[in-house]
Amino acid sequence: MTSILLTGVGGQGTILMTKILSKALVELGYDVKMSEIHGMSQRGGTVNTQLRFGEKVYAPNISEGDADIIVAFEKVEALRALPYLKKGGRIVMDSHEIYSMPVLTGEESYPSDADELLKKTVGNVLVIPASKIAEKLGNGKVQNVCLLGALAKALGLDHVDWNKLIADTVPAKMVEINQAAFKAGWDY
Amino acid sequence: MSKVLLSGDEAVARGAWEAGVSVAAAYPGTPSTEILENMAQYKDDVYATWANNEKIATEIAIGASIGGLRAFAAMKHVGMNVATDPMFTVAYTGVNGGLMLVTADDPGAHSSQNEQDNRLYAPHARMAMLEPSDSQECLDFTKAAFDISEKFDLVVELRMTTRVCHSKSIVELGPRQNVPPKKYESNPAKFSMLPAHARVRHYKVEENLRALAEYSETSPLNKVEHAGSKLGIVASGINYMHAHEAFGEGVGYLKLGITYPIAENLVRDFCSKYDEIIVIEEGEPYLENTLKAMGIKCHGKAELGPQGELSASRIREAFGLPGENDTYESPAQAPNRPPVLCAGCPHRGFYYSLRKHKDKLVAVDDIGCYALGASAPFFGFDAGICMGSGFSIPIGLSLALKAQGDTRKAFGILGDSTFFHSGFNSLVDAVHQQADVCLVLLDNSITAMTGHQENAGTEISLMGYEVPAISIDKMVAATGLAPERVRVVDPIDQKAMDEAIEAALATEGTFVIITRRPCALLREVIKARAGRHCEIDADKCKGCKACMRVACPAMKFADGKAEIVDIANCTACGLCAQMCKFGAINVVGGAK
Repeated sequence: MTSILLTGVGGQGTILMTKILSKALVELGYDVKMSEIHGMSQRGGTVNTQLRFGEKVYAPNISEGDADIIVAFEKVEALRALPYLKKGGRIVMDSHEIYSMPVLTGEESYPSDADELLKKTVGNVLVIPASKIAEKLGNGKVQNVCLLGALAKALGLDHVDWNKLIADTVPAKMVEINQAAFKAGWDY
Repeated sequence: MSKVLLSGDEAVARGAWEAGVSVAAAYPGTPSTEILENMAQYKDDVYATWANNEKIATEIAIGASIGGLRAFAAMKHVGMNVATDPMFTVAYTGVNGGLMLVTADDPGAHSSQNEQDNRLYAPHARMAMLEPSDSQECLDFTKAAFDISEKFDLVVELRMTTRVCHSKSIVELGPRQNVPPKKYESNPAKFSMLPAHARVRHYKVEENLRALAEYSETSPLNKVEHAGSKLGIVASGINYMHAHEAFGEGVGYLKLGITYPIAENLVRDFCSKYDEIIVIEEGEPYLENTLKAMGIKCHGKAELGPQGELSASRIREAFGLPGENDTYESPAQAPNRPPVLCAGCPHRGFYYSLRKHKDKLVAVDDIGCYALGASAPFFGFDAGICMGSGFSIPIGLSLALKAQGDTRKAFGILGDSTFFHSGFNSLVDAVHQQADVCLVLLDNSITAMTGHQENAGTEISLMGYEVPAISIDKMVAATGLAPERVRVVDPIDQKAMDEAIEAALATEGTFVIITRRPCALLREVIKARAGRHCEIDADKCKGCKACMRVACPAMKFADGKAEIVDIANCTACGLCAQMCKFGAINVVGGAK
C-alpha cells in the first residue's frame, strides 16, 4: 500500500489534484481511499488531503510515520507535515511561500530555508517552483496540476493517459493549460 | 454497473436516489452538508430542500413519510439535538413511506462545538440504527434503511462520522428503484400521538424492535471474520477500518452494521470463540456497555478514552501493538497557520469596530464564520454555545451583569442563516422581555461557513429555482421594535459601524444592528470587483502599522512598510485604507 499526504493552504486546489490522481489509480485497478477534512480549516488554515492505494485499503487516513510521499503546495507546510513521513520517504514540494497571520503581523518568523533544511534531514526532496511555472503558463491556479505531474513521475505512473484524464476533469477552456502544467511538472 | 470514487456523503445521496426516495431535507452542517447538496442533482425525481433548521427538515420528511413517500432528513450531530422533539415521537408512530434520519457525528470536533456520540439516541428514542464504514456501505446501508423502515415500521438512524462522510472510496452504482407512493389513508391511532395512542404505540415500537433484532441475527449488514485467534475485535463504522489496520489479519472481527437493536445471539456466539474481546469505538462506550450488559467480558474504552478521533496509530499505542513506523525529527518550527477571516470578509469590519468599544460591552457569539473573530487581534466575544443562542444568552447575561453592578452592555452576534435557524425566536423574546441587550445580525446573504448554501434570505433554492427571499429587516420590524432602536449598516464603513455600536451603548433596552454586506467569496461579489485591489504608496507609508490592526491576510508588514502581498486575494474592500491617516492606501484598477 502506498500512502500520500498532500498538504497546503485552504484554496490551493488539493481537491482537483487528488481527483485526477485517484481517477488514474482506479483505472489502474487499485483499491483507493482518499480522506480530507474540510470546514473551518478552509479559511486560510492548513488543509491536508490523504490518499492511499494498493490491493486493499482499510483506514482512509494516514497516521504519523505512514506517508510514503508528502506533496506540499507550500514550503512550511512540508515542514509541518514531516512527522507523517515514513523514514526513507520522499517529499515533492513547491518552493512557494504563503504567510500565515502570525507571520504577516510579525509575531512569528517564516523559515524561508525550510526546503534546504528538509533536504538535509530527509534527503529525497524534489523542490519544484510549481507556482512560478503556473504563473508563467498564464494562471497561478494550475500549480496543483504541475505538482501532479511531478508526483505522477515520482510514483512511476507512466501507463496512464494523463492528457485524457485532465481533459475529462477540468472545464474545456482550461484543458490545454492544465495539460501544459502537467507536462512541466513531469519534465522538471 | 460503473465504479466511481464517491465520498460517504455523495454515496448516501446516491443510495437515497437508488432507493426511490422522493423527499430529502436538511439544514447545512459539516460534515453532513454535501448529502443534500448532492441530492439536488436528482431534482427530477426527488424534492430536495434546505430547511431553516433540523427540526423542520425532520418534520418535512415525517410529513412525506406519513403521506406515503420515502423520505429522509440529514443533519450534523448537534443538529440532531434540534430535531429530537419530533424524532422521539415519530419513533413511536413508525412510518408509511420509509423514513431515515442521517446524523453526521464529528469525533475530534474538526468543525463542531462538541464531540457528542449520537449512537446513544437510537436506544433512547427507540429507532433502528445502521453504521456504514465506507462509501459503498453508505450507499448500500441507505438502501437497506428504507427497506428496514418499511418492513419493520421503524424510523432508521443512519449514523456516520466525519471520516466516513468526507472520505472517498470506490462505489458501484445501480439504477433507481421505482417506488410508487403508498396510498395515504387517515390513521390517527398510528400518527396522532394523543396520550391514549402513544401508550399503545409504545408497545408496538418495542415489538417492532424485537422483530428487527431477530432479523439482524442473520442480516448481511453484520459481518463476522474468524481467525482462530485468542483475540476477537468488535467494532462498527470507521472504527472497523482503523482496527483492521492496527490489529491486522491475525485476529477475529465482528463488524456490526446494525448497531441498534443488537443481534445478541450473533454477538454471544462470536465472543464465545475468543479468550479476549476488545471493543474499538470512538466516543462513548456504547457497544462495550451493551456487551457488558449481556454479561460478556470485554474492554477497550479504558485504554482509548472517549475523546477525539481514532486512528490506527492511536489504537496501536493504546494496546501496545507493533507496526509503528519511524519518522523524522523536524529541523525547524513551522509558524502557526490558524484559520482567519478571509480578505474582504465583512465580519472584519464589524469586529474591528467592536474591539474599539470592548471596555463597554460583553459579547456572545453563535455558530458561523464569525466565530473566527474569537482570536487575535479581535478577541471579539467571551462565549458561544450553539445555533441561535447568540441572541438569547445575552438576555440572561445582561441580568447577571446588572446584579453585580457591571455597567457593560450584553451584545449578541449571529448570522443571517442562524437567524432563520432559531435566532428569530430569541429576538422575539429579547424584544418581548425588553431585555437590555444589543443584538447584532451579521447578514452576509448566504450560509457561508459550510460553503455557501442557500437559505430563506436568498432568492434561489437548493434545486436552483427562483423563490421569494424572506426580508430580515421586515422580520425585525415585525417585532414592533421602534425604528430608532434598529440600525442597518455596511460593516466595512467604519464611521457608520462605530456610530451604530455607540448608539446601541447609549440606548437602554433592546437594540438591533444589522450589518449588511455579502460574503466576499460569493461569485457575483468576485465578479463585481474583478481587477480592483488596494495599493499602498510606499512613499506615503510611514510604517505606523495602523492598517495591520485589521489583520487582513492580503497584507504584510516588512522592512518598515506595509504592503499588499496578495493582489489576487485583495477584494478592494478598503477597510485598510480607512485605517491610514496618511492617505497611503487607495483602491485601484477595474472597470468600475
